[in-house]
Amino acid sequence: MKRFGPGESVAAILLALAALSPFVLPSQAWIGFAVNAVLISVLAIAWNVTGGFCGQMSFGHAALYGTGAYAAAMLQIRLGLNPYLAAASGVAAGAAMGGLIGALAFRYGLRGSYFALVTLAFAEVLRILASSFEITGAGSGLTLPFKPGLADLQFPDRYAAYLFVLALCIAALAVSAAVKGSRLGSNMIAVRENEEAAGAIGIDAFRVKVIAMTISGAIAGAAGVAYLQIQLFVDAPIAYGSLISVEALLGPIIGGAGTLLGPIIGTIVLHIVGEVVKNGVGGAPGLNLVFYGIVLLLILRFLPNGLMGLAGRLRRPAPAAAAARTAEAR
Amino acid sequence: MLTASGVTKRFGGLVAVNDASLHVKEGSIVALIGPNGAGKTTMFALVAGFLKPNAGTVTFRGTRLDGMAPHRICRLGLTRTFQIVQPFAGLSVRENIACGAHLHHAGRKDALARAAEIAAQVGMERMLDQPAQDLTVAGRKRLELARALATEPKLLLLDEVMAGLIPSEVAQIIPTIRRIRDSGVTILLIEHVMQAVMSLSEEAYVLNQGRIIAHGTPQALVRDPTVIEAYLGHGAAERLHASEAGAALHA
Amino acid sequence: MLGLVVPAILSGLTTGAVYALVALGLTLIYGVLHIINFAHGSLLMAALYVALVLNMRLGLDPYVALPIVVAVFFCAGYLLQRFVVDTFSHGRDANILLVTLALSIIIDNGALYLFTSNTRTVDVPYAFDMIEVGPAFIPLPKVVAFVAALVIAGLLWLVMRHTRLGAAIRAVAIEKRGAELMGIDVKHTYAMCFGIGTACVAAAACLLLPTFYVTPQVGYAFVLVAFTTVVLGGMGSLGGALVAGLLLGVVEALCGLFLGETLGQIGIFAAFILTLLFRPAGLFAPKVA
Ligand SMILES: Nc1ncnc2c1ncn2[C@@H]1O[C@H](COP(=O)(O)OP(=O)(O)OP(=O)(O)O)[C@@H](O)[C@H]1O
Ligand SMILES: [Mg+2]
Repeated sequence: MKRFGPGESVAAILLALAALSPFVLPSQAWIGFAVNAVLISVLAIAWNVTGGFCGQMSFGHAALYGTGAYAAAMLQIRLGLNPYLAAASGVAAGAAMGGLIGALAFRYGLRGSYFALVTLAFAEVLRILASSFEITGAGSGLTLPFKPGLADLQFPDRYAAYLFVLALCIAALAVSAAVKGSRLGSNMIAVRENEEAAGAIGIDAFRVKVIAMTISGAIAGAAGVAYLQIQLFVDAPIAYGSLISVEALLGPIIGGAGTLLGPIIGTIVLHIVGEVVKNGVGGAPGLNLVFYGIVLLLILRFLPNGLMGLAGRLRRPAPAAAAARTAEAR
Repeated sequence: MLTASGVTKRFGGLVAVNDASLHVKEGSIVALIGPNGAGKTTMFALVAGFLKPNAGTVTFRGTRLDGMAPHRICRLGLTRTFQIVQPFAGLSVRENIACGAHLHHAGRKDALARAAEIAAQVGMERMLDQPAQDLTVAGRKRLELARALATEPKLLLLDEVMAGLIPSEVAQIIPTIRRIRDSGVTILLIEHVMQAVMSLSEEAYVLNQGRIIAHGTPQALVRDPTVIEAYLGHGAAERLHASEAGAALHA
Repeated sequence: MLGLVVPAILSGLTTGAVYALVALGLTLIYGVLHIINFAHGSLLMAALYVALVLNMRLGLDPYVALPIVVAVFFCAGYLLQRFVVDTFSHGRDANILLVTLALSIIIDNGALYLFTSNTRTVDVPYAFDMIEVGPAFIPLPKVVAFVAALVIAGLLWLVMRHTRLGAAIRAVAIEKRGAELMGIDVKHTYAMCFGIGTACVAAAACLLLPTFYVTPQVGYAFVLVAFTTVVLGGMGSLGGALVAGLLLGVVEALCGLFLGETLGQIGIFAAFILTLLFRPAGLFAPKVA
C-alpha cells in the first residue's frame, strides 16, 4: 500500500524540527510567536476537514472558534464550572455550532459561493450578538481570573502554554489523520470530487457534510478554548472577527487543501513571512497582512495545489493542471 | 426484480419519458435502446432516484423507489453509471473504486483490497495507481463500471459504457459484462452499439420520444418495422425492404 | 410613534439607495462571472479614500470628483479582472473566490498601513443642509445620493438593454460558450463587467463621502450588506438588487429604531441567512424546484 512519499516525509521532518525549535531557541518572543502559529494551525486543521477533505469552503470558521472560546468562558465565569469541564463543553459547543450551520446550509443545498457567504454571515451575526449582550461581556469581552496552575487549565509561563498547544495540535492532527484514513474520509473526498457520483455509489452527501462540519467545529472550538485558556480573555472582534475566518483558510490553501500536513505548513510559512515583514518595517500595522494576501495570490497562481503539491511533485511527475480536470469533468 | 410502471417525466413542456413501463427479471441482461434523445438516460435517472417521476411507480425487489434518494437506492442494491463519466478526477483508480467498496467495507484496508479485486474483474489491475484524470476514454468507462460494481449491487444500470470505444475495446468489455452477470448481478444497459446488445441481452426495450414502442428479443426488434422507423425515420422500413428486395432481384 | 417611523423609513430609503448602488455592481459581476467578488467592499473603501485625498489635497468636492473617481475605478476594475483575477485563478470558480479574498486582504490592510485606522471625514459646506420631505427633514447629501443612485441605476439599465456591450454581457451571462462561438470576446466582456461593477462602487463612494466616514474597515460592513442585497434581490438580477437595497435600508433603519444601533444590523443578517436558506434564488424569483 501507499505509505508516505518523500514529499510528506520532508514536510514531517521540517515540522518536527520547527516544533522543537522553541526549546532550542528559548527567546520569549519566539515562543510567543510559536504559541500563536501552532494555535492557528489547529484552526487550519479544523478548516481543512470541511474545506480540504469535503470541499466545502467556509469563510466563517470564526463562528466555530469563537463559540468554543465563548462557551468555555461563560461557563467558567457565569456558572463557576470546572475549567476542564468548561473546556470540554467549549469543544462540544463548537461541534454543535458546526453541525447546526452545516445542517442548515446543506439542507438547503448551498454550495460554493453560497456556502462561503452563509458561513460568513453566521460568524458576523454571532459577532454582533456577542458584542451586544451583557452575558457575553458585551463590548468589553470576558476575562478569566488569573489562577495559574494545571488545576485551572492555566499556564504559568509561555513554555507551558506552548506545550499545551503543541499537544493540542498533535491531537488535532491525529483526529484529522484518522478521519482521512477512514470510510468517513473516503466519503468526504468522494463528495468533494463529485457529489452526484458520490450519491450514485451510496454516499449520503448531506450527512457526510454535516459530520465534517461537526468534526471541524469540535477542532475549531478546541482552538478557541485554547486561546481563552492562554490569553484568559475573549471579546467579539477577536473570537468572531473576520481575521480568524481568513486565517483558518489561508494555512490550508497555502499549504495544500486536503493534505494532512499542508494546513500546518501553510500556517507556519505564512506566520514566518508575516513576522519577517513585521520586523522589517518596524511593526507597522497591516503590512504583514498585505503580505498574507500576496502569498495567497502567488500560491494560487503558481502552486494551485499548495506547498504540499510542490512536495507531491517529488513523488510523481507534475500532475495535469487541476483546471484541466475540472473542465473535463463537465 | 425491477418494475417500472407508467413512469412519466416532464421537463417544462417536453415529456422526456412518457408513461413508460418495463420489467427486469433477476439474473438477466436487459437492454434499453432507442435513438438519441429518446429519454433513456432520463429513465435511468428516474429509476436510480436522481429525478422524481411526475407520475408512475418504480419498484425494486418489493420496495417502492420513486422519491427515494439515490444513496438509499444504492444501498438497496441498485447502482447506476453515468453516460458522461464522472470519475473522482483527483483520486487514483484504486481510490476511486475504494470509494464504492466502502459502502460494504468499513475498514480502509478491506476497501482498498476489494478495490484491487474489482479492478482485476474489469481488467484495470495494471492501472490501479494511475490518477483517474490520466485515463483514456475506455479507461474512464471501465472505471465508471468498476466503481459501481464495488458497491456490490444486485442490479446494475449501465448507461452507454461502450460509447466512444473502438471495436477492439468493445470486444473486450462484452465478456466482462457477461462475467459480471454470471457472478450474480442483474444488468439493465443502455447501448447504441447493436452488436453488443445482440450478443449480450436476451431481452430489449425500445424507447422512442419517451415511449416504450417495442419489447422483445434484440433479434426480433431489429426486424420490427416500428423500431426501424423510430431510428431511421418515417417510411424507412419500407425503403429498406424495397432495397433488400431489389438487392435480391439483382442477385 | 408614526412621527419617528416615517422619517426612519425615508432615511432608510436614502441609505438603501446607496446599498443598492453598491449591490448593483456586485450583482452585475455575479450575474456574469458567477462568482462573488469579495474585494467589492474593499474597492468601495479604496474609492472613499481616493475621493477623500482628492478633497484634502486638491480641494475637490466629492460630487465634482465623482466622474474622475468613477473613470479611474472603471479602469482599475477592468485591469484587475483581466490581469489579476483571471490570471491568478486559472479560471477556477473556487480560486476566483480566493483571489478576490486575497485582493480584499491586500487592499484593506494596505489602506490600514497607508492611512492608519483613524476615522476620517470630509468637510463640505452643505453637510448639514436639510431638505423637508413630508414630515421629515433629510440631510441634503442623502437626498442627492438617493437621486443620483437611482439615476445611475437607470443608466446601467439602459446600457444593459440598448447597447452592444449590454447585449454581449447578457449573452455571456446566459451561455458563455455559445457567446464565445458567436464571436464575443468573453474575457473582454468579463473585464468590462468587473470595470462597470467597480465603477458603481466608486460612484457610491463619492455619494457617501459627504455624510459618512472613512476607515480601512468601512468596506467590510458595506460588502456584507451588499451580499445580503444581492442574495435578497436574486443573484445577478439588477432590478432585484435595486428593490432589495432600498428594502434593506428601510429594514436597517427600522431595526435601528426599535432595537438600537448595533442590533439594527442583526435585522440585515437575519434577512440574509433566512433568504439564503429558504429562497436562495432571491425574494422575487419564482420558487426554485
Ligand atoms: N435536465 C433536463 N432538463 C431539460 N431537458 C432535459 C433534461 N435532461 C434531459 N432532457 C431532455 O430530455 C430528452 C431525453 O434526454 P435523454 O438524455 O434521456 O436521452 P437519451 O435517450 O439518453 O439520449 P442519448 O442517446 O443521446 O444519450 C432530450 O430531449 C433532452 O434534451
Ligand atoms: Mg443518454
